[in-house]
Formats: sequence, structure tokens, C-alpha cells
Amino acid sequence: MTVVRFWAMGREGEVVTSLIPDFERTHPGVKIQVQDLPWSAAHEKLLTAFAGNSTPDVCQLGNTWVPEFVALHALEALDAKLGSSPAIDRPDYFAGIWDTNIIDGALYGIPWYVDTRLLFYRRDLLAQAGFDAPPRSWSEWQRMLAAIKARSGSDRFGVLLPLNEFEPLLVLALQQPEPLLADDGRKGNFESAGFRRTLAFYVDMFRRGFAPPLTNADVSNVWNEFARGYFSFYITGPWNIGEFKRRLPAELQQSWMTAPLPGPDGPGASIAGGSSLVIFSASRVKDAAWQWIEYLSQPDVQRRFHELTGDLPPRRATWSEPGLADDVYARAFRDQLERVKPAPKVPEWERIATELRLVAERTVHGDLTVDQAAAELDAHADRILEKRRWILSRRTSP
Amino acid sequence: MTRQGAAWLFVGPALAVIGVFFFLPVLAALALSFTDFDIYALADLANLRVVGLRNYVELLQRSEFWNALGNTLYFVVAGIPISIGASLGMALLLHSRFTRFKPFFRTALFAPVVTTLVASAVVWRYLFNTRYGWLNYALGSLGLPAIDWLGNPHFSMPAIIIFAVWKNFGYNMIILLAGLQAIPEELYEAARIDGASIGRQFLYITLPMLWPMLSMVAILTVAGYFQLFAEPYVMTQGGPLQSTVSVLYLMYDEGFKWWNLGSASSVAFVLFLLMFAVTAVQLRFARAGGAR
Repeated sequence: MTVVRFWAMGREGEVVTSLIPDFERTHPGVKIQVQDLPWSAAHEKLLTAFAGNSTPDVCQLGNTWVPEFVALHALEALDAKLGSSPAIDRPDYFAGIWDTNIIDGALYGIPWYVDTRLLFYRRDLLAQAGFDAPPRSWSEWQRMLAAIKARSGSDRFGVLLPLNEFEPLLVLALQQPEPLLADDGRKGNFESAGFRRTLAFYVDMFRRGFAPPLTNADVSNVWNEFARGYFSFYITGPWNIGEFKRRLPAELQQSWMTAPLPGPDGPGASIAGGSSLVIFSASRVKDAAWQWIEYLSQPDVQRRFHELTGDLPPRRATWSEPGLADDVYARAFRDQLERVKPAPKVPEWERIATELRLVAERTVHGDLTVDQAAAELDAHADRILEKRRWILSRRTSP
Repeated sequence: MTRQGAAWLFVGPALAVIGVFFFLPVLAALALSFTDFDIYALADLANLRVVGLRNYVELLQRSEFWNALGNTLYFVVAGIPISIGASLGMALLLHSRFTRFKPFFRTALFAPVVTTLVASAVVWRYLFNTRYGWLNYALGSLGLPAIDWLGNPHFSMPAIIIFAVWKNFGYNMIILLAGLQAIPEELYEAARIDGASIGRQFLYITLPMLWPMLSMVAILTVAGYFQLFAEPYVMTQGGPLQSTVSVLYLMYDEGFKWWNLGSASSVAFVLFLLMFAVTAVQLRFARAGGAR
């Protein structure tokens, strides 16, 4: 009997147990042992497990954590296994999501579910302002925000961009052609024309009163405020489809919709988030672990997983299964997933993203100009990446 | 065997345990604080660099550190007088001739000290709840507006202080109660014969006689309160707006969230130096007070 130790996080870890009986029936001799970690403790627990040589065989890993665990040499490269596996059809996966798992040309994870950010908006308020379709470009969006602001006065806003989240600014920044980090992740690239254009657009939304300078803590209940018309647009993720259905009053259910993100000139990119399935290099049952990943990657298993969690599947085939194909709110996500980009793939990214949020907050409050903010971000990023530069320079010149 | 040899034999095991489990880790941490130990070094020790005092210099330039230090000092400066005041007040009440059911109250007031912190923090989160919490219910019945205790950055630290004081005052109360019981009754009798009021008796008999106990309690409490961590970790996770991130919390984040064990160790030693300085000042005060 081969036992595969599988760590999963939060809701996914709870529901994945119901997918196990089918797997164990079709794979006699393999037993899956699930451990459910809370998201808030998962990262620490994984690093501690690595330090203590007690990593699991397979794990759900947030895809921004993949570079870090690759830097630790903790993950098994999966290219050989993928080559001999008909079950995982690479071209069927959304390209941006697949790309999050490729570090220095090698594949370290198989996408399990995807997460991205796009617009949730009030159709009725947009119609009252004279628009019958969501924006496709920044300039269109600005016109809509201006019209909504003109109609609603000073105590209501066009869009909610919570200052305690870096994601809204990050997705707008990913739409630019320039990467956020330059030189293979050695240096910050925030002084590029593209990022400064994004930051100026972002800050402008606050300066012109389209967005309130608030954090989520100040907006006690986003769904109530959205229902009340306090704001018309909200950049958020797929879990809010379920929340909006549950929490918005019945009379508003026909009045909200999702839309792909508008970009600088036409439909824009968004972030390729979500979780991947990885195999730890210390595992002694890699073949059985790979079978488990193959099983979880089958379109019909992914459809059941979507029904259990609401998580969006990373394969196009799964999206044409009944259920997802008829979900009007998921449609914008399907469209957006064709245009998603990974966050910079360096282990230090989460720290840099934290700085991004803090500097953006100060810029919105008027402490910094856009150019000063960009320079400060580059300084922060360069300091955080100092060790990476040193390591890379040693690797090339031993 | 000489007397000295026998003495070493007796203290040897204890010293060995303290050496291995206390001094060695402290020295290792001190050494670590002069390196840039991080996940790269965890992967391969060849990625470790000795950086001298750089961790310390960078720490002192970080606004997060000063914010955390400010929060910690807020907690110490506001929390300790309240905590010791509560302990002393309760000890006086328990010591009073007029109090009944003393064993019951003594146990009840000491109970928070022995409850697990996480469990009581969960209960207190309910008490602090903006809409359903008893605290806001009490405020409401006094005609005061509800407070978002754990969501408003102005009230998060007061909420932590209320919780910490509730959790800790019983311990000091027992020490002070023992001190009160050791004061000879004759002193009060003599004072009463001389016509001293209750207040004067407290000022001229109770406080001076209690002074050694009070200084010890103050030193222990300061040392404990500087190490604020579990309360914000369980109640607020450092939020809202970093308003409850303490120095130790910063160290925890630095060490176990980002795995920069080098700079995390430097945070620990900066906190150590700070506590050492404060305790030294306190000791001088305690001696001066005792000599008076």
C-alpha cells in the first residue's frame, strides 16, 4: 500500500476529501492522506516542514510561492512526467496560468484552480449614467466614472479600490508591456513609463473623487455598500460571485454583472493567481503522487471540484462542461483568463508587493508624487532583491 | 570531595541544562544576527554571508520598526499602570476586613491567569464584537456610540490592553496580597491611635512596606509587557493598519513569515537591549525608593 501525503489549504482541503474515494477505487494500492492547513499558517508550516525535512509528497501551493520553493530546491521538476502523461494536456491550459509554474525554463507545478481579478459592476447605475456596456479601455472607464460621479455627488463613488489591497494596482500595472522587475528579476522596474502611467491613472481615480481613499476596514460591509450604490465598480475575484449571489438583496440580483478588466487601449490583462499542485523532491512516492495530480486534473474531476468550491478551473475543456458554460457571471472570467499574466516570479515578490501597497497608499494620500513613488519603489525593490542579485552573480561567475 | 566540588556536582546538571537550552541558543541567535540567514541560506549554507552590523543599521532605518516600537511603548506605558493599579486595588479589596467570601474571590480573580490565552482571546473577540459584543452593549446602555474595537486603529490597542490587563492582573494581585498580609497589624494600630486616616495609613504604612513587592512586580510586568505578542497575534493579527504590530510581532513576521532569521535575530537583540536599559533604570529607582 502506497500512502501519498497531500497538504491542501482552507476550503480546498476540506472538500478535496470527497474526491478521494473515486481515485482510490480506480488506483488500488494508493491511499491519499489529506492534511488541511489554514491559509494563514500554511506558508510558515511549509517552510518549517522544509527546514525539518518533513515536507508532504504533494501539496497545493499558491502559485506566487512556487519561485520561493524552487529557490529552496524543495520541488521536483515535472517536465519528464508531463512528457509521458496523456492526461495533462498542456495546450488546453490557459497560457498565463501555466506560465506561473515555469521557473528558469523548468516546470514545477500543475495548475489546480485559477484566481484572477476583474470588474464587478452595477448595470443599473451604469445605465442611469448613460452606458449600456462595461468599459473596454481606461479612457472609456474614466468617462463612465466621471458620469457616475457627476450624477451621484460627493458622498458616492464610481469605484472601490481598497488601499489595504495591492491587487487592484498590480493588475492595472500588469497590463503594461514593461515587466515590473527588470533584468531577470534583479532590479525594480517601477520607473518605467508603463508603471508610471498605471500609477498616475490609479492615483487620478482618487484625486478626481472617483474612488474613496479607504481601506476595507473602513468599509464595514462591501456587499451592503455595493447594494446601496456607494460605488458602482469593484475589482475583485471569483469567490465574490458566490458572495454577491448570497448577500445582495433579491431585487438587486438582476442589476450586477462581471466584466473583463479594461486596459490602457482596449481589453487588458489581469493577474494569473490561484494554486498549483506540486511534488516535493523529498517524496519517495513520486509516481503515485503524479497519478493523484493527473486525477485531479481531469476535466470531469475539475468540474466536480468547481461545484464543491466555486474555484475556477485552469483548463479550457472544463469550461465547456455544463454548469460552468451557462454561468453568466463566470463568463467574464473565462474571457479574462485568456489574458492573464503571472506576477514577477521571484521569491521576494510578496515583500515587494507589500511595499507597492504601502507606497501607493502614501501617494494616494498626497505624500508622494507619481515619480517620487516610482523612484521609492525601485529603491525598495532593489534593496529587497540585493541577495538575489548576489546569488545570481555567483551562479554565472563561480 | 571538597565542599566546592560537591557544590559544583549539585549545580552542574542545572547549569548544563541552562547552558544547552538557554545560553547556547542565545549565542547562536547573536551570531545569526550578524549574518543574512534567509531562505537562500536555508537551501544552501554557501548562500550565507556575514554582514556585520548591517541588519541592525537597516532595522533602525525601517519605518515598520519604529511603528512597532511605538505600539509596544504605548502598550507598556498605558498598560502597566492600569495592570498594577488593578492588581493593587484588587489585593487591597481582598485584604480588607470587610470583604467576605475571600477564598472564592481570590480564586475567581486569579482564574484568568491560568486560562489558556487563545481560548480566552476567542471569548474576548466576542465581547469586543462591534454589533453583538457585551462591551458595546454596555456602552449603548450608557447612551454611548458603539466602538469598532478590533477594526478601528484608534481602539485596537486599547482593546488589547483591556484584554491583557484582564488576563494578567491576577498574578501580581496574589504577590501583592502576600505582601499586604506580611505588614504587621501593630503599625496600623499605632497609626490609628495617632489618629491617621485610612488614606494616610495607605500612604505612610502600606505603600512603603509594600515597596519591595511593588518594584519587583513592576520589573516583572515591564519585562513581560515588552514581549507583547500572543494577544495581537490571536486577536488582530497586527491590524488594523499595523496598529497592533509589536516589536516581537515584527520579529515573528520577519523570522517566520519571510524567513529572514538574520534580521529577525537583530530585532530580538534590539528589544533585549531596550528591556535591559529600562530594567536597569527601574532597579535604580527601586533601590532609591527602598533606601528612602
